[in-house]
Amino acid sequence: MAIIELKSDITGSIWKILKAVGDAVEVDEPILIMESMKMEIPVSSPESGVVREVLVAEGDTVGDGTVVVRVDV
Amino acid sequence: MNSVLIANRGEIACRIIRSCRRLGLRTVAVYSEADRGALHVALADEAVGIGPPPARDSYLRVDRVLDAARASGADAVHPGYGFLSENAGFAEAVMAAGLTWIGPSARAIREMGDKQRARDLAQASGLPILVGSPVFREAGAGDLESAGAAVGYPLLVKAAAGGGGIGMRRVDGPGQLRAAAEGTQSMAAKAFGNGAIYFERFIERARHIEIQVFGYGDGHAIHLYERDCSIQRRYQKVIEESPAPCLPDAIRNDMALAAARLCADQRYAGAGTIEFVVDADTLDWYFLEMNTRIQVEHPVTEMNTGLDLVAMQIELARGTLGALTQADVVSSGHAMECRVYAENPAKNFMPSPGRLVRFEQPEQTADVRIDSGFRAGDDVSHFYDPMIAKVICHGPTRAAAIERMLETLRAIRIEGPVTNLDFLRAAVGHPDFRKGEVFTGFIERFKPALLAA
Repeated sequence: MAIIELKSDITGSIWKILKAVGDAVEVDEPILIMESMKMEIPVSSPESGVVREVLVAEGDTVGDGTVVVRVDV
Repeated sequence: MNSVLIANRGEIACRIIRSCRRLGLRTVAVYSEADRGALHVALADEAVGIGPPPARDSYLRVDRVLDAARASGADAVHPGYGFLSENAGFAEAVMAAGLTWIGPSARAIREMGDKQRARDLAQASGLPILVGSPVFREAGAGDLESAGAAVGYPLLVKAAAGGGGIGMRRVDGPGQLRAAAEGTQSMAAKAFGNGAIYFERFIERARHIEIQVFGYGDGHAIHLYERDCSIQRRYQKVIEESPAPCLPDAIRNDMALAAARLCADQRYAGAGTIEFVVDADTLDWYFLEMNTRIQVEHPVTEMNTGLDLVAMQIELARGTLGALTQADVVSSGHAMECRVYAENPAKNFMPSPGRLVRFEQPEQTADVRIDSGFRAGDDVSHFYDPMIAKVICHGPTRAAAIERMLETLRAIRIEGPVTNLDFLRAAVGHPDFRKGEVFTGFIERFKPALLAA
């Protein structure tokens, strides 16, 4: 078991959180969708696993490089 | 009409203020907390705050915009583009409040905003339509395979709600159809709370060509020729030009007259755009949709025709617009617009908000126009559109317009956000672009070369 950290690629806000702690995720399945400059940007896990922590809430503003989700893989 | 409230922000708010001023009208800006110090606020005669930065709490709030109109004594509302501009309920609320709505009727906005209804109306006016399937509420329901066969392959599976191409999938044969439909359905259900999907015929090399129309609301309508908007990334326009390159006059005229006919049949009032998809190989063309507002790229048409479309919208609304006939509209030379975005082309055009530490522009002339809502020192906020400026250049020929565009882009200096300035220069200078071989896949196709330049 390893933990991977998913980071925001951009400065923006958290639009929709699609997965909860304990949910299984597939490779490239979106866990949350960010919104920046009218663009919706999914944050997905590069490996399949289980969502361990969601560190943000819908409506939060996060900076480039912020860790938003941890996944057990 | 004495005083116009502009229910928008950024460059379009600034641009509308300019036309109002020319017509002797007082202007009222609205602003979110993020835009308190914005250029459109500084330019207007008066400005009213309408809430927190997210658009849904400010620029999309009908009640707050109407409160601002009342508080400032505005007697007319111009919606610009985006935000509430194609919201029929807003148009109705403005009129119910006793204000003049600078735009088409609520009925026209509503009917053209319903994609299926718009297709039916276009078809009734004799415009060709791209084959599409009915809407499936759920991927499991209905006979997907026979709908797919009726549309033909390759096709696109699209989400009926939302936009920006989210969840869109290309399907090359019946074997992949069900999986793609289910994927799009599930993505759309999660993202938009609505899993409805439909299929549309996919054109391998498509061009996006639109006709600027203007209706007088009484069945008289004119067209102001076309704009080719094929150079896109992420289904968003980046470069627009007119005339469309490599398009025979016979086809151009057929499209323009068909667009004006639809506009006349609808007794449409004001500026609108009829969008067409054109098969780059066969030059077959199909009605896509109508936008019932002023368009981002309207300056391209203004440069070629010498007309002020925003002033025409305002004068029509206040009843002082002289009737133009089709023969009065003359398009001369070639105009081209590049959209300068705060985005990183090397990172798949990801947004790059931030402060404009430096923003220098060359002088504007009769052939060089730069529309921007920013000054050096302003913040390009992540809450709104990434567009920093529109650069519009005109020349006697397409080659001359291209040279002027390259020169103008070189003279713009921006520090702070990452921008697509170098990418735009590479695109405009690309040999295939110079030849006029534009299609919507252009950027994707030549991306490595455009990024390396």
